[in-house]
Amino acid sequence: MNTGQLALPPAAPPAPRRQLLIGTALACVAGTMLVGGMLSVWVLLRERVVDAGGRFPIDYVIPEVTTNVMLITIWSLCLFAQWAVYSGGRGDRAHTALALGVSGLLAVAFINAQAFVFVGMGVAIRDDYYGALFYGVIGTMSALVIAGLVFTTVAAFRALGGRLRDTEVLSAHALYWYFAATAYSAVWLVVYVTK
Amino acid sequence: MTTIDTRPDTALSDDDSRDSAVVSFFVGLGAWVVTTDHKRIGRMYLGVGMLGVVAVSVLGFVLGLERADDSGTILESNALLQTFQSYRVSLVFAAVLPLALGLSIAVAPLQLGARSIAFPRVALTGFYSWLGGLGLTMGALAANGGIGGGDEDAVDLFLAGHGLMIVGLLASAGCVATSVLTTRAPGMTMRRVPVFAWSALIGALGMLLVLPIVFGVIILLFLDHRYAQLNFGGAEGIAAWIGWVFTVPAVAVFAIPAIGVAAELAPVVFKARQPMRGVMFAGIALVGVTALAAATQQFVQAVTIDTTGQEFLEGAVPMLIFTGLPLLGMLIVMGLGALAAKDGEGRPSLNAAFVFAFFGLGMIFVGLLGNFVMSITDLELIGTTFEEGATLYVVYGAALCVLGGVAFWAPKLWGRTLSDKAVMPLALLGLLGTILAALPLYVAGFLDQTGGIPANDADVAAILSLDGVDGGAIWSTLSLIGHGLVALTIVAFVGLMLKTFTGSGDEADENPYGGQTIEWSTPSPAPAHNYEHVPTVASATPQFDLTHEGSQS
Repeated sequence: MNTGQLALPPAAPPAPRRQLLIGTALACVAGTMLVGGMLSVWVLLRERVVDAGGRFPIDYVIPEVTTNVMLITIWSLCLFAQWAVYSGGRGDRAHTALALGVSGLLAVAFINAQAFVFVGMGVAIRDDYYGALFYGVIGTMSALVIAGLVFTTVAAFRALGGRLRDTEVLSAHALYWYFAATAYSAVWLVVYVTK
Repeated sequence: MTTIDTRPDTALSDDDSRDSAVVSFFVGLGAWVVTTDHKRIGRMYLGVGMLGVVAVSVLGFVLGLERADDSGTILESNALLQTFQSYRVSLVFAAVLPLALGLSIAVAPLQLGARSIAFPRVALTGFYSWLGGLGLTMGALAANGGIGGGDEDAVDLFLAGHGLMIVGLLASAGCVATSVLTTRAPGMTMRRVPVFAWSALIGALGMLLVLPIVFGVIILLFLDHRYAQLNFGGAEGIAAWIGWVFTVPAVAVFAIPAIGVAAELAPVVFKARQPMRGVMFAGIALVGVTALAAATQQFVQAVTIDTTGQEFLEGAVPMLIFTGLPLLGMLIVMGLGALAAKDGEGRPSLNAAFVFAFFGLGMIFVGLLGNFVMSITDLELIGTTFEEGATLYVVYGAALCVLGGVAFWAPKLWGRTLSDKAVMPLALLGLLGTILAALPLYVAGFLDQTGGIPANDADVAAILSLDGVDGGAIWSTLSLIGHGLVALTIVAFVGLMLKTFTGSGDEADENPYGGQTIEWSTPSPAPAHNYEHVPTVASATPQFDLTHEGSQS
């Protein structure tokens, strides 16, 4: 009998620490360049239109209360994401789950408010120069928040599954939301405030 | 009772053995398709990248024929615009990017003492995303899409294909950067990271800084082109917005890992420790400044000499930062390589890999020098073939360096060494091809031959026209011969590689070239998890220390 065939290969070593956190940080760098690049194009085209005597945007009324609340929402979300890191580090499952749950809820609220802004403004993508820019920038921002919501869901499943002490996922999750909040702050300033 | 006794061997009929060969082929293919082994993912990038260089050089050859022969008999006139764009897109997205990234993915984790690349499934997904995007882009060009394309849906597909390619490349670059930052062997501080792995990190970070900007602009271009066509100039306006990614200096960012190959090989060949490693790292990082030039699109500075000196200063300072610092970085890399040669012990063990990398480094330097010269506006080189020449120098130079890297690390990747005698002449052929392909374009640029990325048929006609260019047909003919030689080099190199895949060639021992870093401590070829036992690193050159008593760096 060939007992050699019964031997199992050595188990793969555990993943290096902080890999997810560093990977998320690099993704955030790329995301910053993405949003920064798009906003730069926005500013450039706005300057061209204004210099030519046009108005930017044309006749759209921006629901400023909603967009301001969105800004408050996304920064509040960071607070809860950080709370999840704090609770996870102490093995407090209930508080971690609560913090992640509220984070997810706030992300959904943000997306809902964004949809309200889309519908309320009624920007026509085909009709004028503002449409493609608006939907490009705001759509990208919404996609970033949806990606964050997926991240929150994954982190919540891991936390509920008992992997509380592994706080790297929670830290990476919080880092992502800090990035998303910063990105939205820039979008808010350029798109909704200076217009 | 369970028995695991093997069945007695029986002679297989011809049909049986054919069936088992087919089955094992598909099993092997399946293992490659879903692999999480970074060496295989890197090799897949490299394989497609080499095909890409061949495609680029064939396209360059055909377009050179069109330029040299003003009767225009090679291609139909309505296909010229897309052919030009296939050539320019492939230079970046099918050649330099996959080659540099592929070598980084295949080799950097080995050099770090890692058992795997960070997020291997993400790296593999990145490969497929890039490959799919490349296919879509080329399909769109074939369907009359691309910049200034006549088919609107195909233009949209062209943009979407680019988006998909960029997402894939970003995913893979993120894995490389994360690996260097997190998966180093015990004791390997950042100062002890091998030079090539450092260049892979800088190259990956450069991609993470530059490519998302292109992606963002592509989103806006896509929306505008599909629905409005108001802001960005429609299909013809695409070149004005993303044309910068197909040329220098952006291309130089993607070539940084190739520079690292040459820097890695010099001390090995000259049997010396790399002096001033920190300065070498800084030199490679300085080349990465081109990422800033690309990201901020600071290509052209109005460097004009005026009586007060005010205009000169306003143009010269950004020029020196954005195009001078990368050049300084290259000088540092080459200078420290020469210093390693001076410190070497005994006769250098010259090999084909180093010759390839050395020639490639020289070509990249000439390309960056061209980028520097081009930014002097008084020379009026913008919009001429000079820009294409600089891009070709960088791309073909990077390809030569990567071929050197493949030859050097072949023992770790598939367990065989390539014959120096066979490969060395190819390095010379590649050098000759690169110079012939690019140098005539420099000369023609000074003679005001129109160049650039065409956005419509009028641009194509201007690029193909040799009116008023002294000896224009000669420069075009020389350039097309150069493209042909580069294609020949790559095809011959791939042929030699394939020959060793089938079992011919010398089986490599652990360290056939006297490599200094820890990947040379694992068997050749490296096992799936790279190391049975991850070594603890006590210096930047642990394998060199084993054979040389004395101080550790």
